[in-house]
Amino acid sequence: MNGFTAILRRDLQLAMRQGADSVMVVAFFIVTTTLFPFGVGPEANILARIASGVIWVSALLAAMLSLERVFQTDYEDGTLELLTLSPVSLEVVVLGKVVAHWLTTGLPLIVAAPLMAVMLNMDTDGFVVLMIAMLLGTPALSLIGAIGAALILGARRGGVLVSLLVLPLYIPILIFGAGAVEAALLGMSATAQLQIMGAILLLALAATPFATAHALRQAME
Amino acid sequence: MAVFSGSDLTCLRGERLVFGKLSFAANPGDAIMLRGRNGAGKSSLLRLMAGLLIPRSGQITWNNEPIHSDRIAHHARLQYLGHQDAIKPVLSVRDNLHLWGQLRGVDDIDREIDTALHALDIHHLSRTAGRYLSSGQKRRTALARILIGHADLWLLDEPTVGLDRESSNELAHLIADFRAKGGIVIYSTHIDLAVKEPVLLDIDEFAIPMIEWLKDHDAPADDGMRSDPKRAAQ
Repeated sequence: MNGFTAILRRDLQLAMRQGADSVMVVAFFIVTTTLFPFGVGPEANILARIASGVIWVSALLAAMLSLERVFQTDYEDGTLELLTLSPVSLEVVVLGKVVAHWLTTGLPLIVAAPLMAVMLNMDTDGFVVLMIAMLLGTPALSLIGAIGAALILGARRGGVLVSLLVLPLYIPILIFGAGAVEAALLGMSATAQLQIMGAILLLALAATPFATAHALRQAME
Repeated sequence: MAVFSGSDLTCLRGERLVFGKLSFAANPGDAIMLRGRNGAGKSSLLRLMAGLLIPRSGQITWNNEPIHSDRIAHHARLQYLGHQDAIKPVLSVRDNLHLWGQLRGVDDIDREIDTALHALDIHHLSRTAGRYLSSGQKRRTALARILIGHADLWLLDEPTVGLDRESSNELAHLIADFRAKGGIVIYSTHIDLAVKEPVLLDIDEFAIPMIEWLKDHDAPADDGMRSDPKRAAQ
């Protein structure tokens, strides 16, 4: 636990000092979402119909944008090597870094999402479910994305590669995330979708740290 | 039986046989100096010893226990200094070191950091951000890191790079102190470091052609090594 908090604290400290990453992710999210009304046209009904999907896709892309940097800087300056050699299991280190990634990118997205929902004319019935779905979905995005971030270490054009690796794995979260909001908008219960998202999150929490740690060890060889 | 030893070590990097049939042994208080031309495998050997790499054949043991049987215990006893200093430009020297103390579960981290910074004569820089450090100061900060927390084994890969003569002498003192306390130091260096009576390990002697190595290890490797052993041995 000591190692977990140590990594988490340090990564948050770094994010505070550098700052740009979080701001960039939220800005990207807002800009992408804003593009849709320009492309689809400003008709309120159409926008309301596609709002949940647009918000989820934009959030997915925004979360992915920051993935490349989760391990990259530590890899380049030798920190990762020392983390691998520290007397704390690498899985715990990974979990610390993923939680820090979520706090600096996932959480700001959840805050920004209702604003985008308002802009896209989404019915207010969907807001609460949207927030809950994102609260369940974005940590899973960070957890799954970390595997991709670890696999691309040492590769050129890592950013593009990570999208190809990770985006297909994001599809279930997209389906159930958007589905939950749709259900709420139609006046139905979104419990089923949210439960599945919770299950995805728990599964990711249990399995991905091991996969990511393994990929990191591979990168160190 | 020596405390820290390795026998019949073979190191493969990609398709290249870096060295083979290498053995070493060290007891508390020993120092081993690795020598060899560029690419002979000094860094690879240190990484094998740290457990970052897994030898193709042979075994490294600590008190007769293979180091891979308990990674965490091995990591807890070793301090590794690589080519890179692992210093975050936006954090102060103290904050940079703090993480490593926490990960090693050091109780009084601030006091240990103070001691380490004094030992390397960079205490006045403790609040300076990493990006304002010169390369020598960065190297000293990296050296301060290995003083934090308890360790039994130092693996130093070219520790003198970027250090002036004075700091090299300080480093030699630190190594002497560590050995006096029963530590084992294994290091590679190109310039003379005033370490008392180190055991020399010349890695060049263990460069063997791939074809010869294959004769002794008849189990064929499965990682593409068979493609052209002659070319790979060059």
